[in-house]
Amino acid sequence: MKNDASKNVLNVKNLRKFYGTDEVLHGIDLEVERGEVVVVLGPSGCGKSTFLRCLNGLEEIQQGEIQLNGQTINTDATKWHLVRQKIGMVFQSYDLFPHMTILENVLLGPLKAQKRARSEAEEQAEKLLDRVGLLGKKDAYPSQLSGGQKQRVAIVRALCMNPEIMLFDEVTASLDPEMVREVLDVMQELAKQGMTMVIVTHEMGFARSVADRIVFVDGGKIIESSAPEEFFTNPQTDRARKFLNIFEFSAGKEFVQKKAVI
Amino acid sequence: MDDWGIRVIFEGQNFARLIMGLAVSLRIALVSVIVSAVGGVIVGLLMTSNRLIIRWICRLYLEVIRIVPILVWLFAFYFGVTKVFHVHLSAEIASDIVFSLWGIAEMGDLVRGAVTSMPKHQLESGLAVGLTRLQVYRYVVIPQAVRRLLPAAINLLTRMIKTTSLVVLIGVVEVLKIGQQIIEVSILKTPTASFWIYAVIFFLYFIVCWPISLYSKKLERKWQS
Repeated sequence: MKNDASKNVLNVKNLRKFYGTDEVLHGIDLEVERGEVVVVLGPSGCGKSTFLRCLNGLEEIQQGEIQLNGQTINTDATKWHLVRQKIGMVFQSYDLFPHMTILENVLLGPLKAQKRARSEAEEQAEKLLDRVGLLGKKDAYPSQLSGGQKQRVAIVRALCMNPEIMLFDEVTASLDPEMVREVLDVMQELAKQGMTMVIVTHEMGFARSVADRIVFVDGGKIIESSAPEEFFTNPQTDRARKFLNIFEFSAGKEFVQKKAVI
Repeated sequence: MDDWGIRVIFEGQNFARLIMGLAVSLRIALVSVIVSAVGGVIVGLLMTSNRLIIRWICRLYLEVIRIVPILVWLFAFYFGVTKVFHVHLSAEIASDIVFSLWGIAEMGDLVRGAVTSMPKHQLESGLAVGLTRLQVYRYVVIPQAVRRLLPAAINLLTRMIKTTSLVVLIGVVEVLKIGQQIIEVSILKTPTASFWIYAVIFFLYFIVCWPISLYSKKLERKWQS
């Protein structure tokens, strides 16, 4: 059943990307409804990160259409800095600005890009920092924080712009295992509160519990798209089956344990 | 030590003249540093340009300035350029020009290094929160680049101050020349005059350069936290 396209926050039609003559994304179609959490899974190098970066204009696309709230955003005339205010993105390498305090990091976008009043922006920033348990660190510098804390700040920094949709690009991939959980908890809470999210991750247990839909990408194409339970217990395609087998085999007990925890 | 050679420092106008000579050297250094700071940033940013030809021209400029000794540049400008183009340049103006060109090249290289060593993700993080390219440069890239290049820039500054002593060879009357004049006059009466005068000149250069590098260390420490 096709969604009513106008209700969707994001509509991607036939997105194709080339590096020179190399086609890395072969006509991707994706629709994301408001409040939906889509998790993109796939082997390394299949193009999932590239796809995410195309959505907020960090990568150029050669063909296809990206619509945000019904408006096409990949035109030549697009002012990407305005569009990016509505698309929050969190990267694998957190990249807080090291010469600014945590609070200044969070406020840079709202104050300079959105030109909001300082008192109002600060209030929201502090509220968000409090929600992730980092209000006490607001005057600290990024070098004084752990990886997990930095990543949570990066999420708050993106949230403070009041985006319509949040993109997460393997945000826990560089973290120590103990810190992964604290970041995933934040993302899970965000999902519960109804944020529209597109998440690229390798954390299978997390994907299974937080996703409304799993999109499996391989070789720059969407191979399978289904509800999480369906995807993990009964993958339709060979590629997906092989992909999940890898995780079951090497994770073994771990995978089953993750299931139990959720 | 024979008869209080140190008094040569305090005789007549000697010390005052030395200070005035130092002022001449410092003026050349100051002018060059200011021009280099501005020009260097521009050239440095140009060196990160996407156009190959622009990068090439800047690179050529930098290499030529570095390969040819400053003294040769001073001679070439003061004696050469003026003859060929029938332009009258005072030795001091020629020094200003040569040191500025040198400073711009060196500073440009430092700026280029500081900007290109910035992880690309910083730029993207800034763009991702909705800042324009210009805003990202202003609030994210340039503040970090400045912190990164400060030690080397201060080092360049003190090097420029010290190298101004070369201009004595194209006839600029600066501290070294004045020192020599004083020594010529005093050497018969005070055989140790040269020791004392040069000691003063050492001390003068030290007292100019050392506080600068101390200040830079203080700034580094402040930004480190």
